[in-house]
Formats: sequence, C-alpha cells, structure tokens
Amino acid sequence: MCRREYDVVVIGAGLVGAAVAYGLARAGQRVALLDEDDATYRASRGNFGLVWVQGKGVGRPEYALWSRASSERWFALADALSEDCGLSPSYLRPGGVSVALSEDELGDLDAKLAGLRHAAGTAAYDYEILDSARVRELLPACGPEVAGGAYTPYDGHANPLKLMCGLHASLVARGADYVTGARVEDIRPLPGGGLEVHSRRGRIAGGKLVIAAGHGSKALAAQVGLDVPVYPEHGQILVTERTGSWLGFPTLGVRQTDEGSLLLGGSQAERGFDASAHARTSRDIALRALRTFPCLGSLRIVRTWGALRVMTPDGFPIYDRSRTHPGAFVFTCHSGVTLAANHAFEASRWVVDDRIPEEMACFAADRFDVPQAA
Amino acid sequence: MFRRLPDPAGRIPFDFEGEPFEARAGDSVAAALLANRVLTFRTTPVSGAPRGPWCLIGNCHECLVEIDGEPNRQACMVEVRAGMRVRRQRGARVVPD
Repeated sequence: MCRREYDVVVIGAGLVGAAVAYGLARAGQRVALLDEDDATYRASRGNFGLVWVQGKGVGRPEYALWSRASSERWFALADALSEDCGLSPSYLRPGGVSVALSEDELGDLDAKLAGLRHAAGTAAYDYEILDSARVRELLPACGPEVAGGAYTPYDGHANPLKLMCGLHASLVARGADYVTGARVEDIRPLPGGGLEVHSRRGRIAGGKLVIAAGHGSKALAAQVGLDVPVYPEHGQILVTERTGSWLGFPTLGVRQTDEGSLLLGGSQAERGFDASAHARTSRDIALRALRTFPCLGSLRIVRTWGALRVMTPDGFPIYDRSRTHPGAFVFTCHSGVTLAANHAFEASRWVVDDRIPEEMACFAADRFDVPQAA
Repeated sequence: MFRRLPDPAGRIPFDFEGEPFEARAGDSVAAALLANRVLTFRTTPVSGAPRGPWCLIGNCHECLVEIDGEPNRQACMVEVRAGMRVRRQRGARVVPD
C-alpha cells in the first residue's frame, strides 16, 4: 500500500468529479481522481445528454443563472476537451423546445417562464411561447395532439458518454491520476493540515478534498461534518435505431443524437436503489413520445435502461465546504451534463481558492437544516 | 471462408441486391449472406464505413439490412423465407412522415 500525496483528492469520477478534477488539472494542481467500480450506481452513465436551462430555477433564480452560464461556458469546454484529447463531446446549442400536449400544459409553460423572466430581472430571460402553428415550424414532425410549446435559445445537448470519456482522457493528459477500484472507506484530517482518505487502493493524502461521489456522497460528507440529504430518483431512457436527421431541436422528452439515434426519456419515479428498467415506465415514455411525434411509431427501440438521479429535496445542487474539516468540499447535483462547464471552470477555482463565493452560499447544505413544523 | 455442414434440408431462394441467392432452411439472413460470401451488409450512418455481422446474436446491430422494404433489420435475428428481398442498409434510414 503506497501513500500518495496530492494538492487535491477528488472522490467520485462521474461527471461532477471528473469535471472538477479536469478544471483542477488545467489549473496546474496535482490531482487524484478516485473512482469506485462498475457495481456502483453511476448516474453519469445513464444520462439523457441535455444541456438544459429552460424552466430551471423556479424559486431559486441563482440556479437559473448558474445553468445558463454553464450552457454559455459549454462551448469553451467542448473546445478545451477537443484540444486536450481529440474527442469532441458533440455540443450543439440550437435552443430547446418544451412540447405541450394540451392548452393546460401550454398555460403552465407560459406561467413558469414568465415567472423565471420576472425573477431574472436585469439578466433578462429570452423565451418564446409557441402556438400551434409556430411549434410546427420548428418541429414539423409534431402530431395533431401538440397544442404548442416553449422555446428558449439557451438549451442544447451533447453526447454524455463522449463527455465522460473526454473528461477522463483530458484530465489524464494534463497529469491527473485516475484511480479506479478506489472505494473510499474513511476520511481523516491530517495533523498539520490536509486530509487523508483510506481507500481500497490504499491511503491517499491531499491538501484538499472534493466529495463528488453521487449517491455515495451522503455517507462520505457525514465524515466531514456535512449533512447532504441526496436520494435516488429513477429515470429511464429508450433508444431507437439510428435515422437520418429530422429533429432540429432537442425537447425535454425526445432528442436526436448527433449520430442519429432518438432518445426518449423524461420519467421520474422514486423506487429507492432500484436502477432497473420497468416495462410500465417504458410504455409511458413511449406513449408521450408518440403523441408528440407519431412518426416515432415506425422505429424500433434498440436499448432501454434505468438510472438514478442524485436528487436533493429542493432539486438544486449542493456546493459546500466543511467547517469541521478545513479543505473538504462537497459538490453534488443531478445535472452533471448541463453544469459540467461550470464545474470544470468555476467550481474547480473555489477549491484552489479554498472558498466558495458569497453568491453561491444559497447552495450550502445547511439550507435543509430547517426544523419541521409540527 | 464459410463452409456448410452437410445438410439434407431444402434450398430456399431469396434475393439480395436484386440478384438470386440461395439459403438453407432455418438460416438467418445473416448466415445465408455469409454463406454466399457477402461481407458488407451495411454502411454506417456516421462515417459511411462498410460493416458486417459481428456478434450474430442480436446485440451489436452491425448486420443491419433492408428486408422487404423495411430498413434497419438485424439480419442475424430474421429467418430467411422464400422470395425475401434483402438489400444492404446504406447509411441512416429515413423516417416516414
């Protein structure tokens, strides 16, 4: 068992941890990125691949701005990864459409986006409510049930597996150590500063520590005095055979990948730690997709899978720094693709600076420490 | 390259790219094409590279062909029938309106 020393040890090599580790490596930090193994619940490998802003941040305008900033930074991230490892994550930002299948749904979209525009204030919030004719201009494949929709220019999509692969290859190219099979059992502060993790691959010491372990973050964060109440939310995806390009904009439930597959998704369910795919969920996803785009009926489904989003009670990320264990951070969110650019270019800087900026204080974990009313 | 085991079962005529081909009863389309020395079943939607069967058990989707006008069929998962019309899957299929 060798003991290695780093500027920063990042626990969790999914999209959050890998993005932060990549940013740290770019900043010249000596980084160890610890991954568990394939038996873990890997939300990052089950992703739909949207870089999505529309509708996010109701009740938390900072989250709307944060998501939007990441969709802007994504261009730089895609360029940086292409340059560092030669693999482009295929980021496209044509804007995104939420499709309404009834006047009620359209009214809900309108109200939600009007509220977000109001909350954005001087930052503005560009969107367009699409009537029945306009939504068909953008998406000619819409079926007769489509009542309208909403468009925002900030939305896009990427290939999440290429993103994952690109982050790993690029951080290694920049000198970071990627350690697989390194399940972390124990975190201990070191006398004189820094922290040491005891992993199945030995002891690894770092001046700082980032816990970005998805569903594993709850137990690990408790070791540095932070209560991180993440829980699994089940999502499911259906993939069709590849076709020529016909869907010009990603939508919340259906998108066409750069390689031609159609991804159908959008389900949300609470089933604990059950990541399997369920037939009933597949049916619901397929039915909604068919009502939206009837031409999908001619396509075969070639794969389907379930995955577990790393959800917080209010749906917003947690970015926090331990008070009891100096140098230890916890980062977690359910939008690892959307926020990847922020995590690479911004969150990594917080670790280097050893402080989370004041404007991000609303994402601290203690927002959940509210006594329940009787 | 591929040689048949002795098989008393009957011959089944089918059509590949407009040419008459022969299969044995029980052949998958993939087996029948391979036995007829066809190696390129499709070209990929992304780069146009030529591809042929790899797994032969329905997983890899490398053996896609058009069967009786239906695109993107897995040749390894479909049994040959007499008179079947099979073509290469060239690039991405088109989605009908």
